[in-house]
Amino acid sequence: MIYKVISKTEFKAFIDALVQNNSSFGPRKVDTGSNGKPIYQFMPVKSVDEIEFDYTVTHSSAKHFFLPYRDELSHFNFSDGNWEQEIRYEAPPIILIGLRPCDINAVNILDDVMLHGAYPSPYYLARRKNTFIIGMDHLPLPDCFCHSMNRHTVNHGFNLFCSDIGDSYYLSINSSKAFNFLKEFRIEEPTYENNCSLIERRKNIKNSFETRIEVSGLPCFLDIEFDSPIWQKWGDKCLSCGSCAMVCPTCYCYSVEERFDVDLKGSTRQNHLYSCNLVDFAQVTGGHNFRPKNGDRLKYRYYHHYRGFAANDNQQICVGCNRCGRACLADINPKDVINDLRLERESCMICVSPSPDKT
Amino acid sequence: MHDMRFTIPGQDLNREPFAVKIPDFQKKSEVMITDRGYKCRITNIVPLSGLERLFQLRIIDPLERAVFNFRPGQFLMLEVPGYGEAPISISSSTSNNEFIELCIRKAGHVTSALFEARQGAFVSIRGPFGTAFPMAEMQGHNVLLIAGGLGIAPMRAPLFWINDHRDQYKEVFLLYGAKEPSQMLFTYQFEEWKKVSHVQMSTIVENPDASWTGRTGMITALLDEFTFDPKETYAIVCGPPVMFKFVCSHLDRLGIPMNRMFVSLERRMHCGMGKCCRCMVGSTFTCLDGPVFDYWSVMNLKEAI
Repeated sequence: MIYKVISKTEFKAFIDALVQNNSSFGPRKVDTGSNGKPIYQFMPVKSVDEIEFDYTVTHSSAKHFFLPYRDELSHFNFSDGNWEQEIRYEAPPIILIGLRPCDINAVNILDDVMLHGAYPSPYYLARRKNTFIIGMDHLPLPDCFCHSMNRHTVNHGFNLFCSDIGDSYYLSINSSKAFNFLKEFRIEEPTYENNCSLIERRKNIKNSFETRIEVSGLPCFLDIEFDSPIWQKWGDKCLSCGSCAMVCPTCYCYSVEERFDVDLKGSTRQNHLYSCNLVDFAQVTGGHNFRPKNGDRLKYRYYHHYRGFAANDNQQICVGCNRCGRACLADINPKDVINDLRLERESCMICVSPSPDKT
Repeated sequence: MHDMRFTIPGQDLNREPFAVKIPDFQKKSEVMITDRGYKCRITNIVPLSGLERLFQLRIIDPLERAVFNFRPGQFLMLEVPGYGEAPISISSSTSNNEFIELCIRKAGHVTSALFEARQGAFVSIRGPFGTAFPMAEMQGHNVLLIAGGLGIAPMRAPLFWINDHRDQYKEVFLLYGAKEPSQMLFTYQFEEWKKVSHVQMSTIVENPDASWTGRTGMITALLDEFTFDPKETYAIVCGPPVMFKFVCSHLDRLGIPMNRMFVSLERRMHCGMGKCCRCMVGSTFTCLDGPVFDYWSVMNLKEAI
């Protein structure tokens, strides 16, 4: 990693040069929410003026660039009672501008799942290798809890990371490509003052987190409280719509389906992202559903996110961006559920397992 | 002062050489096999009962046929192009490299399409996936095989294995139960298993009809017929999910250690490679850590049975 400092005007010229000639995606304001606040999304950009560098957070996460909603796995060409299977791994190179540290951490978690598991996914790898990531730090929103998950800083997984230090950016350069691009621009060695302001900036970010969740020992609590009634309580609220999984930066569960081409001369096997809250997620042939209740499926999602599963080394895959909480139609957010689980509120004393002393 | 009109050329940005060709994974060479299915021809279809048929497949490419080696208990993903994939346990002999046999019940979308297929049709398989019954660990012990209904399908692979290595095992028992006599599968092989494989075998049905002369009741009733030392016995249990609980707890009471009872679980599966998370049971994948679990793990995992 090489550290440099670039002035904001020079940085804009650099980004402009990048986006002019490459397929680039950056945060843009797409709408205004019901609360009057703007809604941002990663959208195609053609010039630097379209990018909102001071955006808060995007509604959807950046995972869709690596795990698109629909992804063709293979194609079958039919011919005369026979077929041929065709697989393509092509991914056009793209630039992602303005990812937040939690977004980059989420991509790193997806790397662990998709590339370091038993069967690496070539579809994911092709996209990941052909993506140039420029990260930027930000002051958290009131409901972000990245700090609690220890995902508010990022050390790898990006090509270039920019920290805002007043009138310039403190750059962490993590790839030779990024360094080669920057050679053409006026970048300086960081001075002592620059370093001080970076540390100030980091402290400021860390202290700005208003929402905190205590996650230490949570895997154990989740195991112990497996049959706790709080799951039913939150499950009764849950609408099983799957919105949380669609905006989540680390939800990767998918479904594979196959459909014939319109001309019946071939068929396509494609995966599409799925949500474990949808009712038929664990339904097997014959109609038996292993998780028939809303609460079971909600619990499963929390298990996946906060307990971790064997395939990803039992790490917690939640990054604390609270996108699911914002997108939820039934007002379920992780902070409340976990606090409920840890008996932080008096109202939920019901979930203490009954003991002779207390009755 | 640098030229503000300088532009970075688009074509050399980040383009890795393998973006246009097949990636090369040094670590796991089998990754390509799991993406691309082996093309198979359906060489034979044997009707077993009203709903079940035995499909015999032959991998067309000789190299792929030699590479496809599985262990008893593993499963494969069977693909009918255009309709989809389904996980099917392999019920042929591990020593038979020429043909793969799959016992399939007509139940869902894919299997219904497969039942329309004639002899000579082409299907695709990926695999084998999952864990296997620890046949080597069972050496020198009694083996108790308990199958219910369609559970006889994954049981055939260990039976073939035991037939191949009969001298390594002590007593072998096969208990087979079905709902009705007409649903009993592989009846034509019963004599072969008894006389050639020296398997002590007994069958039972829940709802007998006029032709049935054997025993009636639950499958655990058959355990009275045989005497064996539970401390020296391994058990394999396959069947519908409801069967596991009462059979395994019965065996537990008899004194078979929990880590010597093996069950084969069933879940919804879409990828077979531990990515789609559809087959998650507790904190493990049925496709990577299963489908064969010992009873201790099953008791330990949440929501397993």
